[in-house]
Amino acid sequence: MSKFRSNGKREMPELNTSSLPDLIFTVLFFFMMVTSMREVEVKVQVKTPNGTTEIEKLERKSLVSHIYIGPPSKTYRAVLGPAPRIQLNENFAEVEAIREFVSAERESMAEKDKPLMKMSLKIDKDVQMGIVNDVKLELRKARALNIVYSAGIDKSQMK
Amino acid sequence: MGKGKRKVPGLNQSSTADISFILLIFFLVTTSMDIDSGLSRRLPEYDPDAIEEEMKIKERNVMTVQVNKNNEIFVKNGVINRVIDISELKDLAKEFIDNPDDDVRLPIKEEYDIQDYGVVVTTVRHVISLQCDRTTNYEIYFKVQHELSKAYTELRDAWALKTFGKKLSECDEKTQQPVVRAVYASKISEAEPKQYGTAQ
Repeated sequence: MSKFRSNGKREMPELNTSSLPDLIFTVLFFFMMVTSMREVEVKVQVKTPNGTTEIEKLERKSLVSHIYIGPPSKTYRAVLGPAPRIQLNENFAEVEAIREFVSAERESMAEKDKPLMKMSLKIDKDVQMGIVNDVKLELRKARALNIVYSAGIDKSQMK
Repeated sequence: MGKGKRKVPGLNQSSTADISFILLIFFLVTTSMDIDSGLSRRLPEYDPDAIEEEMKIKERNVMTVQVNKNNEIFVKNGVINRVIDISELKDLAKEFIDNPDDDVRLPIKEEYDIQDYGVVVTTVRHVISLQCDRTTNYEIYFKVQHELSKAYTELRDAWALKTFGKKLSECDEKTQQPVVRAVYASKISEAEPKQYGTAQ
């Protein structure tokens, strides 16, 4: 019996933490890779509708330009009122500015990517169609014909 | 002066973990991994002269889906002409696009030659015209679009299953998927409301 009984106090061995920084660094590098800083501040409130099976993911971010439509967010509402507004890049814009926006976006693209340009319409679900139709008409005039109605994927509704 | 080698004291690295933790937390917070997703559509070319062309579409080939200002969905084609619930829309659209019984009131079925595949009989000339009021709610409009998309997807899946023995998403991207998409090509017109003629 005494074979198993150790004499003297046993000490809990210290955990070797020397590899901890390496571990953390690995995770850090992962997040550094996937990070994309938010380029624009969204000044309108946009809650996109949800779909289920038909929603596609947009893989190449460089091809996509965003147009936001929704009521101004709280800070701007006092000045602009609750009516839905269009946001291009950083600023509120009128429908007429879309053509300019499209050509600017097109200019910034590589030549071979130009026909693949996609406009992602991030539209709040409570917006009325009038403003959306105006935007669509402008996009047609600007020959930006590939559009995406931005929407989330509602996983709970999927069978 | 000193004898023997002098030992370089080891750098105390115990704070490296803390530093990298702080960096890690910073990137965790700023990361937005949201991939944009949505419903893809192609708008028609803008051409003021094109209106004449559209007048020539036969009435039986057109299904009009109207969403009015009270967000009611009104469907009109050869067989139906009433307000419907959104849950009915998919099946109505499928029946319209496919015309399984070769109904004379639904789109005409024609032989259609698909490149690299052959001739199929399908409703090449059908058009779903989606119209809405300026005060229609966007969410309802989106749901209508979504249901119409679903109708196409289900028809394509069924056809792919029958022909290639697998669903569209499992078909070969280069050779089979374009064929399936050509058989049931999406013809949703989102143009401004206009009067369709009954000519021809």
